[in-house]
Amino acid sequence: MRKHRRTLDGSRVVDVFLIVLLVLFTLYTLFPFYWMITTALKPASEILVVPPKFFPSSLQFENIPKALSMAPFGTYFLNSSIVTVTAVIITVFINLLAGFSFAKYSFPGKNALFLVVLSTLMIPMQITMVPNFIILSKLGWLNSLVGLIIPSCAEAFGLFLARQFISEIPDELIEATRVDGAGELRIFFSVIVPNCHALIGVLVIFTFMWRWNDFLWPLIVVKDQAHYTVQLGLKVMQSYQYVDWSSVMSASLVCILPMVVVFACFQRFFVQGIAASGIKG
Amino acid sequence: MAATTLKRRKKISLIPYLFIAPNMILFLTFMIVPLFYTIYISLTKWNILGTPVFIGLENYQKLLTSKVFWRSVWNTVYYTLGTVPTSMVLALGLAVILNKRIPFRVFFRSALFIPVVISMVVTGILWSWIFNADYGILNYLLSLLGLDPVGWLIEPATAMIPIIVATLWFRVGYNMIIYLSALQGLSPSFYEAARVDGANGWQQFCYITLPLLRNTHVFVLIMSMIYSFKSFDIIYVMTGGGPAKATTTMVQYIYELGFQTGEMGRASAVGVLLLLFMVAFTLLQLRGEEGAK
Repeated sequence: MRKHRRTLDGSRVVDVFLIVLLVLFTLYTLFPFYWMITTALKPASEILVVPPKFFPSSLQFENIPKALSMAPFGTYFLNSSIVTVTAVIITVFINLLAGFSFAKYSFPGKNALFLVVLSTLMIPMQITMVPNFIILSKLGWLNSLVGLIIPSCAEAFGLFLARQFISEIPDELIEATRVDGAGELRIFFSVIVPNCHALIGVLVIFTFMWRWNDFLWPLIVVKDQAHYTVQLGLKVMQSYQYVDWSSVMSASLVCILPMVVVFACFQRFFVQGIAASGIKG
Repeated sequence: MAATTLKRRKKISLIPYLFIAPNMILFLTFMIVPLFYTIYISLTKWNILGTPVFIGLENYQKLLTSKVFWRSVWNTVYYTLGTVPTSMVLALGLAVILNKRIPFRVFFRSALFIPVVISMVVTGILWSWIFNADYGILNYLLSLLGLDPVGWLIEPATAMIPIIVATLWFRVGYNMIIYLSALQGLSPSFYEAARVDGANGWQQFCYITLPLLRNTHVFVLIMSMIYSFKSFDIIYVMTGGGPAKATTTMVQYIYELGFQTGEMGRASAVGVLLLLFMVAFTLLQLRGEEGAK
């Protein structure tokens, strides 16, 4: 009896310690958001002060349009949106199609090709960015949105996930449609796509996040301000000799808004996608 | 009749290739070709405006005797050591708590995860503001504790610390989700048996949870290491590799050589060496894992 109580107390100490850890860590993840919002909305006179003001005396919402008018953010948003939306559509389409092929057909060279794709899973673009830059210049795609969109549309992780997911769709469903005289592309659209909601959700969300937040590739490819994405625009704003922190934070707030909304609506897909990547290991 | 079925079958057999064609063409052009191309470029002297001249292993020779290169290797190792073990331990601890029935579980999980979706540019800017030497909130909090202000990003000795703190901000949440889903896959029967045997929470963690998650540890470790090896955005935004090369990692060095000084050959050689490091570390890790089994 005594022993039992002692172990109980011991685990209670551990529990309290863990809860404290959790609360402290939550402060660490959430406080920067509070600090970004208040820095963005503070009156200009309260930014560069010691001690810093934890609670702004008033919230100046006009800081946000003012910050966005300091650079052509409208153009940046348009570019980022075009790149993100086009890339999502192309990526999801070609990865689903290839995943379908690898999952449901047998053809000579299939396994070898899939292995080649898998082996690129670990090769980051940072290693191939120099040759890719040269290839892009030969294609005449430097400094263009096409050059931003196309090169990373084929994606090993997406293809891997698609093949995995589609191979679990029963063959009978496909056969039944084929017997009805449907062409292979019809089968893809009428059987595969409607049965892949979760897969499509994961692919859309991850491609969206990755493209919207992409920085290194646009940094290399784009030279003209006319083709800047929001991330490039933000970085430029932060590189001025005297950084206007309030404006940078205001613009940052607007730039993360699409991601935060997507996150709030589709959190489940984020979790599924990351979990799927983990199960693979 | 026989001819038509044959024709039809032949037509079908082309279809799978057509379906994978867009993907394969892109892979070939922007993954496979560049991989071999980068090895070739690394054997040349190539100024961005001129034509490549084959010079054999000279780039590698020069790199391996260059202080800046080894500095970049050390910085990569420093950053990796600062981010990988910490993010794994914290992620596992937090996942264990979030796997229990605690109040506001969904809130905590979202709060820990949300930094993952924030772009690294914004993350870098935000943390540079917090770590600002003159007006940053952190130095103010330190002054409340009676500590002197620290130069953080402007001092070579401390510049890597804010980058590591900013990296952990989103990496812990990511790893936490992987651990959490692995924990949820563990069968409760193991724990019931342990409880019958009188094992307390800590013992259950050490003797059941940790060993059962072995595959997850290896996966998270390899993913995290690759991630740290290739980090660019956050460092570029927070310090640009400075001050005095104190935060120039290998990827940062590839960028500087390739796109700022225009030495394509030398930049590619750093890339090849980085790839070799990554492959070596991964194989070592998998080897170690097999040895443990």
